[in-house]
Amino acid sequence: MKFLDEYRDADTCSQLAREIRRETKRPHVIMEVCGGQTHSILRYGLDRLLPEEVELVHGPGCPVCVTALAMIDRAHAIAKLPGVIFTSFGDMLRVPGSETDLLGLRARGADVRVVYSPLDALALARANPERRVVFFGIGFETTAPANAMALIAARREQLSNFSMLASHVLVPPAIEGILSSSDNRVQAFLGPGHVCAITGLAEYEDLVARYRVPIAITGFEPVDLLRGVLAAVRQLESGTATVENVYARNVGYDGNKAARDALSEVFEVVDRDWRGLGSIPRSGYRITERYRVHDADHVFDVAGITTREPESCISGLILRGVKKPCDCSEFGSACTPLRPLGATMVSSEGACAAYYAHRRPVAS
Amino acid sequence: MRGLLRASQAGGIVTSCPIPIDQTDRILLGHGAGGKLTAQLIEQLIVPAFANPMLSRLDDQAIVPVGAEQLAFTTDSYVVSPIFFPGGDIGELAVNGTINDLAVGGATPIALSLAFILEEGLPIADLRRVIESARRAAARAGVPIVTGDTKVVERGHGDQLFINTSGIGVVPAGVRLGSAHVRPGDAIVLSGPIGDHGVAIMAHRAGLELDGALASDTAALHTLCAAIVRSGADVHAMRDPTRGGVAATLVEIATRQQVGIEADEAAILVREPVRGACELLGLDPLLVANEGKLIAFVAAPDADRLLDAMHEHPLGRHAHRIGVVTDRHPSVVELATPIRGRRILDLPFAEPLPRIC
Amino acid sequence: MCLAIPGELVETRERHGMRFGDVQFGGITREVCLEYQPNAVIGDFVLVHVGFAISTIDRAEAARTWQLLRELGEEVP
Repeated sequence: MKFLDEYRDADTCSQLAREIRRETKRPHVIMEVCGGQTHSILRYGLDRLLPEEVELVHGPGCPVCVTALAMIDRAHAIAKLPGVIFTSFGDMLRVPGSETDLLGLRARGADVRVVYSPLDALALARANPERRVVFFGIGFETTAPANAMALIAARREQLSNFSMLASHVLVPPAIEGILSSSDNRVQAFLGPGHVCAITGLAEYEDLVARYRVPIAITGFEPVDLLRGVLAAVRQLESGTATVENVYARNVGYDGNKAARDALSEVFEVVDRDWRGLGSIPRSGYRITERYRVHDADHVFDVAGITTREPESCISGLILRGVKKPCDCSEFGSACTPLRPLGATMVSSEGACAAYYAHRRPVAS
Repeated sequence: MRGLLRASQAGGIVTSCPIPIDQTDRILLGHGAGGKLTAQLIEQLIVPAFANPMLSRLDDQAIVPVGAEQLAFTTDSYVVSPIFFPGGDIGELAVNGTINDLAVGGATPIALSLAFILEEGLPIADLRRVIESARRAAARAGVPIVTGDTKVVERGHGDQLFINTSGIGVVPAGVRLGSAHVRPGDAIVLSGPIGDHGVAIMAHRAGLELDGALASDTAALHTLCAAIVRSGADVHAMRDPTRGGVAATLVEIATRQQVGIEADEAAILVREPVRGACELLGLDPLLVANEGKLIAFVAAPDADRLLDAMHEHPLGRHAHRIGVVTDRHPSVVELATPIRGRRILDLPFAEPLPRIC
Repeated sequence: MCLAIPGELVETRERHGMRFGDVQFGGITREVCLEYQPNAVIGDFVLVHVGFAISTIDRAEAARTWQLLRELGEEVP
């Protein structure tokens, strides 16, 4: 597959790994922001190609993991309502709320359907005018424009039976949350390439200006990730701190204007609760007044839900890179991918789940 | 990420973060996915209850000695949804699947049973279509369906149609196949490209436009298995990697037989449209069900002879080597990744779902 | 996060007042919304996330990257 396979070339990866080893003179802590980047690192065994001194820490870039429990409970309450077709990306289906997950609700008779695109949910609304179709709109800035287009189309076609439960989160405020916390260990970031394809680089330059940490914007394939690590290591070794675009084939400085226009048309920035990190100011989207008739929060009155967050979970510390999954007393015992206690075990990209799935032997 | 496993005294590798028995008081969908949950249910609840040596072998079929003969006996239930999918339907799947469970044990299939659990409201036209598929599959394989049963459950209590098939076969004298015979040094051979069945189903559910590019690979493997036995290659075991995929088979062999397995991900064949669909849906082909493939564990010196024999057969034309059994890291399956990194292959808890993250 | 895959745009059309295209991903074809890549033309490679093209591959940049990588391959022993 063109523009994909070549970025998985084994020899190129070996050369990059060798260059990283050559350039690394002292320990560095680098955080890859995106869950997809974490997945790729583990799935290809990239971390094992790096020198000991380079420590990769998993970031909070997993919208599934960080969706607030209260939001999940609200989604479940809506899914249970008669006449509702509740649609969602596959990622959210096994995320437990305070009681059960969407699959569990389906087993009890709720009409829960996996969709690959928000436009599939829209198509369901067109095809089922007598049912109320709700789409669970999660994701970062990469996914928000697609969700926005579904709302724009719904409004244009007057599909009054379509609504979205919007639960988007924004990356730069999360990075700022990590950088500004007193126990932060992260010295450089591998930035979110697909988020930046939408947003552009300005917000990341702003972070670098204020916190003086290198940010290498990179993609998800092994060559891209290793080039990102190399760029970060070179900056750390030389004491520079800039935004370096290592994913220029997909990311331009200005990002995607058409997508950003749609975002400002449909969403407004609000404070958001992140599971494991708490409330982060101006870190989420809410549907604007103009689209309120398609806002599931407005359409459905689902009050009276009690949300119970397990106390033993240290996912906040893990999301910030302060602790590792194995440091947690519940890891692998009370907390597993089947029965996750918190954010980082919830999806396969979460640090704890990824760690659990891809544990490695020491050199024997 | 380093240091999660530590070397045990004996030189093997153990996990320092133990994988526990999961506390759950209800059956979950995941218990049927062929992953960790399924394994736990079988090993902790089912096998202990019925414990006997024939059962504990836990291969794709049981071997039941009857006088001088070795009978193979297997049973399988089919609950796939949708019941009609690109490349086949539940009827064909049920017949082929049970024939395959017998065949990979070296048995010549003799007869099948076919039991239906029908949901009230199922169109009889659909049932007719499924029965016709089962008939054709059985006729094509030359294995008669000799007994069966039909039950009906109330609407809402059974997803359209469930099928159970059981099968009996005879293992020819001198043929001894079984996971217990797998040993370090064995070459691991896969009969063809993987992922076709599971990906066809998931892509169909995801509404991907396909034009026939993705279809189930459901096929009866008994003549391929017979050709393998006839080749004279010293094959120790054969398995068919159905639910849970190639990963489930490799992990099961490694953990139950206490051997290590090293596999090369880049060597494992995947057809281009299957790979494209996996990339789009975020699926790993190793975890996805196959319904017309087998994995053989063969003594290393005979690997080429086995491959030659398989290549002569229409269902083995793309047979290829994927790895080796080792005495290093017993119970652990290590994959060389496409960039020559390494990762441990493990079973997921439940079946893979398409993801966007 | 943000699983996005590059594919070749082979066909375009209008539906429901939006621009769509058929994108080929190594052997399978999927319909993709092109509203966020209004300048994408047939033959372009686009990056697709949840059924939307979010970026068009800049081939010059890709070539530049490979030039750098080749140089790296030459200098590292």
